Amino acid sequence: MSDEKAPPPTHADAPPPALAEAPTPAPMPGDAPAFVGMPSFPRAARDAVRDTTLRANLRHATHTIRDKRAVAVAELDDWAALREAGRQIKDHTLRHLDRYLEQLEASVTAAGGTVHWAIDAEEANRIVADLVKATGETEVVKVKSMATQEIGLNEALADEGIHAYETDLAELIVQLGKDRPSHILVPAIHRNRDEIRDIFAREMSAWGRPAPEDLTDAPAALAEAARLHLREKFLRAKVGVSGANFMVAETGTLVVLESEGNGRMCLTLPETLISVVGIEKIVPTWRDLEVFLQTLPRSSTAERMNPYTSMWTGITDEDGPRSFHLVLIDNGRTDTLADEVGRQALRCIRCSACLNICPVYERAGGHAYGSVYPGPIGAILSPQLRGTGSEIDASLPYASSLCGACYDVCPVAIDIPEVLVHLRERVVEGGPVTRGGTKTVIRPARGHAAERAAMRAARWASTHPGVLRAGQRLASRTRRLHPRTLPGPGKAWTATRDLPPMPPEPFRDWWQRTNGGKDGLR
Amino acid sequence: MSSRDLILGRVRAALTDVPADDLPYERAVQRGYRQEHGERTLADTVDLLAENLADYRAIVHRTDEAGLPELLARLLAEHGTRSVLVPRGLPPHWLAASAAEQIQDRAEDTPRELDRIASVVTGCAVAVAETGTLVLDGGPDQGRRRITLVPDHHICVVRVPEQVVSSVPQALGRIDPTRPLTWISGPSATSDIELDRVEGVHGPRRLEVILAG
Repeated sequence: MSDEKAPPPTHADAPPPALAEAPTPAPMPGDAPAFVGMPSFPRAARDAVRDTTLRANLRHATHTIRDKRAVAVAELDDWAALREAGRQIKDHTLRHLDRYLEQLEASVTAAGGTVHWAIDAEEANRIVADLVKATGETEVVKVKSMATQEIGLNEALADEGIHAYETDLAELIVQLGKDRPSHILVPAIHRNRDEIRDIFAREMSAWGRPAPEDLTDAPAALAEAARLHLREKFLRAKVGVSGANFMVAETGTLVVLESEGNGRMCLTLPETLISVVGIEKIVPTWRDLEVFLQTLPRSSTAERMNPYTSMWTGITDEDGPRSFHLVLIDNGRTDTLADEVGRQALRCIRCSACLNICPVYERAGGHAYGSVYPGPIGAILSPQLRGTGSEIDASLPYASSLCGACYDVCPVAIDIPEVLVHLRERVVEGGPVTRGGTKTVIRPARGHAAERAAMRAARWASTHPGVLRAGQRLASRTRRLHPRTLPGPGKAWTATRDLPPMPPEPFRDWWQRTNGGKDGLR
Repeated sequence: MSSRDLILGRVRAALTDVPADDLPYERAVQRGYRQEHGERTLADTVDLLAENLADYRAIVHRTDEAGLPELLARLLAEHGTRSVLVPRGLPPHWLAASAAEQIQDRAEDTPRELDRIASVVTGCAVAVAETGTLVLDGGPDQGRRRITLVPDHHICVVRVPEQVVSSVPQALGRIDPTRPLTWISGPSATSDIELDRVEGVHGPRRLEVILAG
């Protein structure tokens, strides 16, 4: 091969622009730190639902995938049994998580990998940055990974002078568009093909090979533009960063499911591979993959099988990276594990079926959830990983109509409505939680004082019949004077509802007067 | 205290409410699902593999052992392939009829060098009929993972029926987890634009599968 002539130098062969002069890279909006200070879900959603392009994009995409998923699932007549087995495997793993983490560490180490532990995002980012710096490289190629988005890795690396290039097509669209992800599987789901074309045409040249002059909005043309743009980055990359869908404790095997081949590029071409994975991603045995390799592709992309799945166990002589680092992150997971109701959220395999089916997600879009985890799963995961201290996290358990569609489609049977109700109670009533490994009691969130006062008053009235009767009569007689909306703290309630009309007499008076309705017709 | 010990300690503290459970793992999970879906003869299973491969836009050919060299030569010629990447243990007679220059898979080649080669021919470890999947395990006739990734045209030979299984559970039972594994279901694709599937991104855009036997 050495006799073939070298390719002509391309724009992308040039070193990446230095941070100081780069017009686009870093700091990007859209990773964990930038979500801080997000408005509450209702306020963010109010803006989102007025965006008709966004609503059309989301409606089109979610309905497309919804129908396909139903077909892919219907092909397997044992779906219910697969779902139940998936639930049991994950529950078993979580209840023995300490044991399986130790087993995983031992098997990865025995296979030639190095295991690191990170208690939070900051520690994980520092570990990865140090590992990259130790290689002497200043750029990394990345496989799409929720964990690295959650910890804001790209920004942390940028602060250390390291460029992180997203290589998944949707992540690339988000990164080039200086945007925030809005979906677990397809972070650019809020963008249609016209918008993607414009982003590529405008932004690619600042990051490497420019988009072709005559780029159209045909999906195949856009995919081709991404192929050409990223090719140079893959071929020269020395460090790859990934997450993982599964880690097998028994063998030390990591598994990444993907479609485009960008994952394979990042996992096999670089000399160093760093995988950042949440501690809950373990399955005990090799055999357990037989469940999830059937349920995950059908639930996420509605395929019998996704185009590419890579599995690697430590390092292999002369095939793939020469050094492999696994960074296990907690970042709120053990706190979530301590909640008896909420811990089931840790079963999640990030398929995104619950987003695609959700009527609230379809209308509000992913950005309103103020987290890299949007949709129903995000509404129970974010407030547990981050706590309910912020306005956005306290409002997320309410980002649902509790219709239950998310539970029905979940391939590991997470009862999302149950956890939502549990978290609502926690927000309104306060109560015991674990934060940073310490058991504590939180106070009721602000903004729910009026609701609690109203509930207390109702409880007192219904246990004092005389008071209730007097109150009801008073309300009926003054009904013409009632306003249509409530003043003060009640205003929030009537902002989206009409006050129910008051009947002319209380039910009990009517019952007595009409002899239980028997005389009512006279 | 190290972060490792801190995390393990937090896990244990988080689980204090959970009753002790010493059930062996084999009994802890009820595996009520099927080991394969439907009842088929071996020939039916091979047909299903062909059907599902084609459904995800792989191009499927059938031949017997004797016809393999002819067919491979024709497919490479039709693609305009002048140089073809070959894993070390590929049976030599497979490419005996092809005029394309054969380039051995070598550890020292750079990805950039591989990028200049048009095609790659490999065998596989096992093929899964229900999902239309080829599993490569880096065996002698498959080579390093990257050689089936960088060239734009991959021809994969499946020996039928012996390398074909019905289902994912059966496939996992045949594979050695410690080997570097690649599961391939159709050419590279994406659903990232409006959640609609488009073939052809970073992996080989043309995947041809020869069912030989």
